[in-house]
Amino acid sequence: MVKEDTSKSSLWKNAVAFLGRIDIELTERCNNNCQHCCINLPADDQEARKKELSTEEIKQVLKEIESLGCLSVRFTGGEPLLREDFEELYVFARRLGLKVLIFTNATLITTHLAELFSRIPPLERIEVSVYGMKKESYEKVARVDGSFEAFWRGVNLLLEHKIPFVVKGALLPSNKNEIDEFSAWAAKIPWMDEPPAYSMFFDLRCRRDEKKNELIKKLRISPGEGVKILSRKKEKYIKSMQEFCVKFMRPPGDKLFSCGCGHGGCVDAYGKFQPCMMLRHPDCVYDLKKGSLREALTNFFPKLREMKASNQDYLSRCAKCFLKGLCEQCPAKSWMEQGSLDTPVEYLCGIAHAQARFLGLLGESENAWEIKDWKRRIKL
Amino acid sequence: MKLSMDLDGIYKPSEDVVAREIQGEFIIIPITSGVGDSEDEIFSLNNFGRSIWDKLDGKKSLKKVINVLALEFLGLPAEIESDVLGLCEELLKRKMIVKA
Repeated sequence: MVKEDTSKSSLWKNAVAFLGRIDIELTERCNNNCQHCCINLPADDQEARKKELSTEEIKQVLKEIESLGCLSVRFTGGEPLLREDFEELYVFARRLGLKVLIFTNATLITTHLAELFSRIPPLERIEVSVYGMKKESYEKVARVDGSFEAFWRGVNLLLEHKIPFVVKGALLPSNKNEIDEFSAWAAKIPWMDEPPAYSMFFDLRCRRDEKKNELIKKLRISPGEGVKILSRKKEKYIKSMQEFCVKFMRPPGDKLFSCGCGHGGCVDAYGKFQPCMMLRHPDCVYDLKKGSLREALTNFFPKLREMKASNQDYLSRCAKCFLKGLCEQCPAKSWMEQGSLDTPVEYLCGIAHAQARFLGLLGESENAWEIKDWKRRIKL
Repeated sequence: MKLSMDLDGIYKPSEDVVAREIQGEFIIIPITSGVGDSEDEIFSLNNFGRSIWDKLDGKKSLKKVINVLALEFLGLPAEIESDVLGLCEELLKRKMIVKA
């Protein structure tokens, strides 16, 4: 027998990160009715509920996630706590040895759930969305009477039970004057390592809904106003963006996917596996009722990632634009905004250009895709 | 707290942890609170550590585990004994193994 070395110097160590995580949208339904949300269906939408994956189907997905060597799963929605089998699914995932990250509005957190999270910790900080610091502003966004009190009840239960959580804000006309109050409160939460993130450049509806999109467009902050907020701490912002630019900015060429899309993915509430949380174009999703996560990750998504743009407008602008790192243009956003995978999204283009002008990378009348000396400008 | 490991003691993995192999790495993940420690909740064992873990089956005494490992691994029996006792003490302290 060949004896192995005992390598006793590293017999025992703290583990590092392994594979990425896979997301599961447990439901698209939500007990809030937020104005700006890209995905919420009514909590009592029976048609949606009937179509959702069953408890056993989700358990099968979780088993496959575990067998793929994934360490973490994200339960999102809609509001994931709305599912009656949430506790069963949560405990099942944890007993498989998965860490569970929960995206929630916290309004459905009960004493029972807080005790559960205390007894069986998720091992990931719960992420709580906050829509306002006052009842009026919060409920103007959430559009449900009593949701503000329910949110505080949930947050206080997490605090009382010492369940690690972080908060993130959504900046809307009704709450944008509360940004400092929100930041100050967030700073007191023991698990907040850095200032809270805000969403303000809202996505349109994931499943393309023209009527709801009209309202979301009205709620969106202008690119100029967005840059003002992003650069509130000017020196810190400029320094971090300069480092970011050197690292990430360059023209993407004609390849549609230049992100991590498809290396992990998101299982939607009905059993379709998406290459990312946002991309629901019918040609880009994989039906798990006809195949497996492994098949999607090893065959379907890699082919998807090779897709090239064919839209001339995209090829003459986005493909040549060095602001790629600043711009959120991607197939998912293009699909949500325009119904195709490769159409430039003017709003995102405006945001990227506004940031670039603020950072001194572009003159007022310059278009980034026409700039030849971009390497010099970002000091590459 | 110093725990004294009994060579005749028989140990097994706690039901409050799950051991998984991910990309060749053997890790122990706590399920319930109070296992591991709050800061670094997931732990990894090298090949030798894993072999020790695998032999903590609730049937073999630590003395037997050491003897079996001495046949499989290089190293002086005293060194192997020291490693086994050290790791088991750590696992016991973290409530990742229990007395069978």
